[in-house]
Amino acid sequence: MLDVLINILSWIFLLAGGAFGVIGGLGMVRFPDFYTRLHAAGVTDTLCALLIVLGLVLQSGFSLLTIKLLLILLFLLFTAPTATHALARAAMVDGLEPGDQQDPPDMVERDRETKPQGEPSSNT
Amino acid sequence: MNRLAFSLTLLLAALWLAVSGVYKPVILALGVASVALVVWLSVRMRVIGVEHNPVLFSWRLPAYWFWLIKRIFWANIQVTRRVFRPDSIKPAVIKVPVPQKTSVGKVTYGNSCTLTPGTVTLRLTREELTAHVLDDESARDLTDGSMAEKICWLEGNTEPKR
Repeated sequence: MLDVLINILSWIFLLAGGAFGVIGGLGMVRFPDFYTRLHAAGVTDTLCALLIVLGLVLQSGFSLLTIKLLLILLFLLFTAPTATHALARAAMVDGLEPGDQQDPPDMVERDRETKPQGEPSSNT
Repeated sequence: MNRLAFSLTLLLAALWLAVSGVYKPVILALGVASVALVVWLSVRMRVIGVEHNPVLFSWRLPAYWFWLIKRIFWANIQVTRRVFRPDSIKPAVIKVPVPQKTSVGKVTYGNSCTLTPGTVTLRLTREELTAHVLDDESARDLTDGSMAEKICWLEGNTEPKR
């Protein structure tokens, strides 16, 4: 009985993790510019990974494998923000300005002329 | 220095035992050799006193992680709602003060900010954190100063004497 409960809980975690992974990917497509897309990627980096690892921990039972899985999660949570920050920094240094909606209208206009809407992150 | 080398040895040995799982004499000897090699290299490279930080061994760290995971969970829900209604986002760049005293505390602030979906650290100096936020609610997460306060608490009594 307990086995079944743990299994069900584990599947809920794994499926929810997968769903958040898809949501993160969806956000990457739907958000308008590079910086907002970073936030969508953040969903995949954090909650998706967290839920999947928790689901796997429940699947593995309490053993050495649990420690390994939690270590993977720990390293992931340390490296993911570093990578995200490196990306954001690289974009800033490259001169890509955040598409700020609080800009005065003429500035938004100028942005639209210099940068084609929809694909500001493709000018590598 | 000796005390730090000793604690590093213990930590590495515990890590090796935790991820190995094969406890045969030959394998154990290899483990001892690799731990010894890493400690010797760390001492030789003089990174042992620099990278080592007392915050790492405080009971406050697990408490902070638990708090941060709760925070990350709600931020994820918020960003998920924005994904389904992408017109409702209001991206902005905000600056908040960095009240932490130690450099590890400041970096923890920057990293925690990036780790929370909805806020990404663009630039971190000694006094100021520049962040890109997805909407007003994400901005409030930073500007209300609760995260900065929590990390100051994490620094707490374990702050190294200067």
